[in-house]
Amino acid sequence: MKLTGAQALIKSLEMEKVEVMFGLPGGAILPVYDPIIDSSIRHILVRHEQGAGHMAEGYAHATGRPGVAIVTSGPAATNIVTPLCDAYLDSIPFVCITGQVPYGSIGTDAFQECDTTGITRSVTKHNWLVSKAEDIPLIVREAFHLATTGRPGPVLIDLPKDISNQTMEWYWPTDADVAADLPGYKPNTKGHPKMIQEAAKLIAKAKQPVIYAGGGILKARAAEALRQLVELTGIPVVTTLMARGAFPDSHELCLGMPGMHGNYTAVTAMQRADLLIALGSRFDDRVTGKVGGFAPDAKIIHVDIDPAELGKVRRPDVPIVGDCRLVIEEMVKAVNDTGGSESQADRSAWITQIREWQKDFPLTYDRSGDDGSLKPQMVIETLRDATPDDTVVVSGVGQHQMWTSQYWKVEHPYTWVNSGGLGTMGFAVPAAIGAKVGRPDRMVWAVDGDGCFQMTAQELVTASSERIPVKIAILNNAYLGMVRQWQEMFYEERYSEVYLSPDLPDYVKWAEAMGCVGLRVEHPEEVQPAIDKANSINDRPVVIDFRTDSREKVYPMVPAGASNDEIVVDPSQGEGGR
Amino acid sequence: MASHHILSVLVENRAGVLARVAGLFSQRGYNIYSLAVAPTDDDRFSRITIVVDVESSPLEQITKQLFKLVNVVKITELHPDESVERELMLLTIKAEPGARGQIMELVQVFEGRIVGVGHDQVTVMLAGTPAKLDDFEELLRPYGIDELQRTGRVALPKLERQAPKLRTVKGKVS
Ligand SMILES: Cc1ncc(C[n+]2csc(CCOP(=O)(O)OP(=O)(O)O)c2C)c(N)n1
Ligand SMILES: [Mg+2]
Repeated sequence: MKLTGAQALIKSLEMEKVEVMFGLPGGAILPVYDPIIDSSIRHILVRHEQGAGHMAEGYAHATGRPGVAIVTSGPAATNIVTPLCDAYLDSIPFVCITGQVPYGSIGTDAFQECDTTGITRSVTKHNWLVSKAEDIPLIVREAFHLATTGRPGPVLIDLPKDISNQTMEWYWPTDADVAADLPGYKPNTKGHPKMIQEAAKLIAKAKQPVIYAGGGILKARAAEALRQLVELTGIPVVTTLMARGAFPDSHELCLGMPGMHGNYTAVTAMQRADLLIALGSRFDDRVTGKVGGFAPDAKIIHVDIDPAELGKVRRPDVPIVGDCRLVIEEMVKAVNDTGGSESQADRSAWITQIREWQKDFPLTYDRSGDDGSLKPQMVIETLRDATPDDTVVVSGVGQHQMWTSQYWKVEHPYTWVNSGGLGTMGFAVPAAIGAKVGRPDRMVWAVDGDGCFQMTAQELVTASSERIPVKIAILNNAYLGMVRQWQEMFYEERYSEVYLSPDLPDYVKWAEAMGCVGLRVEHPEEVQPAIDKANSINDRPVVIDFRTDSREKVYPMVPAGASNDEIVVDPSQGEGGR
Repeated sequence: MASHHILSVLVENRAGVLARVAGLFSQRGYNIYSLAVAPTDDDRFSRITIVVDVESSPLEQITKQLFKLVNVVKITELHPDESVERELMLLTIKAEPGARGQIMELVQVFEGRIVGVGHDQVTVMLAGTPAKLDDFEELLRPYGIDELQRTGRVALPKLERQAPKLRTVKGKVS
């Protein structure tokens, strides 16, 4: 069967069971848009290529399947660099296809030419510049293989226009073809049995252990294995920003989020631990604070599929390269083989200590309502309680993100979607759309900041026209709030370029202009009715403009560069710290 | 020289691979001291010999990060004591008739070769250990070096020089 390169590309995507792709056409990718008309794959036309990228990410977050975006050359390719970098830092499986000028014109500064593979080299796991149509099926298979195995991540296929138009003889490569063409790619998934034995020994002896669960748990679909390990050993768990939902917040051994804005107990338990069991986490600076002062007395077991993570920041006592699910399952066996729960050290004093911290330093804010102001935390708590517990919640980046992570109760894996590593403002709206496309059965709420919302709001036009009923709660504090907080705390309240205005733009009118329902909430008593109304609308997106108190700050906070021992709790809780 | 390490990196011989390797160094903030690339006997692969300038712990990171590049097939760290290192130098030097004889003598002592002769210049080639090239360059400098080009070093593991073991014959005798 003879196909054009363009047809071969679309057929290859169908072979990879792609059900949806997010994109926007243009000159260099035109040939590929023609067979899309006849394809079973749904195409969602975005309003900006950054939106396509974040939608693909949101889809991947919520479903575990790779997200696919397709855009043209030059400016479209550069527009999607941010989502590629976002996916790279958060290890999101994402296949990006870009058009390119004809092969022979490459290097001539042709119209809409840019060195896409060069620009994206450092933000992709791998990328390809296709040089002949017959390579397309093999490259597509390799792209999906690389994006989804080992440490997942974004990959990019740059397809010159003339190659889309070439004809080729269709074939579909076998696993062996892929392996033969990737001689340097052999991810190690099975942990070393001896190391796992060592880990089981350390675990049994530890008096003050903490499981430090990271995004790798979700990538490896290891949440169930993690639960078994916790229930067998009775060890408390912190879930990082990327791992929220990997272990249910309602579990008595769940301590919640650690790090710069983590809760006091999660942060302090790690500081005092004698053993940290790092599972798919990477000792990010937002978690460790000053590395030299991080968990000073803890031995480290570190499990990660990426060998480069082991010892990158903190040297582990027991390094284990492998897939989190497989390794944790083996750990559970190893613990059982060495006496199971009976053989674990007595940790009652440790748990008692943890309960005390939880009692003395819970997350808190002024709930009195004395000044009639609308507290952002209260909005999130109300939203949390008014939605099913399998609601997918997506956040932007800033104060609202930290409050959402702190106050939401994440009960299920893949119900928390956010931009952790890159901290990309503008992530929430398109990522929520992608998540809803992947999980139409779930309610999807984005909690966004007013600053973030203005970066990618135009994708609500996409959502309206494609009938993707996402719901957006803007915590409108009229400020780039997180930056304002730093200026207040560390720059003597000298506010520089952080004021946005609460009503420019008018978010309600803007929402309506984009085909959404727009609602405004100014007083605490309006919160519940507005949310109820939003929840009752299922045929279009809804945007609620919550006018929140701009003075509110995120606590606790470990100041940048400080040790986690210097955690600052809410002023109402006194000094905190050691 | 204490913190120099030699990495011998076997890569797929494809377009853009060198850019990926070199890019990784700058991206992660490491320094390349010298670099040599050429296809191996199997033309599907090239060998990149990289001399890096680091303490040993970042070296582990470099190696691990390099290994994550999909086109990197194998990485060997060559310890200077356990490897043979060679480098090639071409050098054009002023050679007035009076000095020419002395220069030829030095070239002979160092086992170099004259590869080009002009009216008052000669071009000399020398292959050897980096230290030998340094010495040669030092000795020729007073005559006036007009141009100099070194290749960066290539290296392979030293062969073991143990006495050959006597093979015991095992297995079925047919
Ligand atoms: C694209 C991008 N630009 C700048 C920043 C730096 N930054 C981090 S949080 C923040 C403020 C976000 O403001 P808003 O969306 O209103 O959220 P708030 O903090 O007020 O809740 C900024 C500017 C960023 N993370 N991303
Ligand atoms: Mg704001």
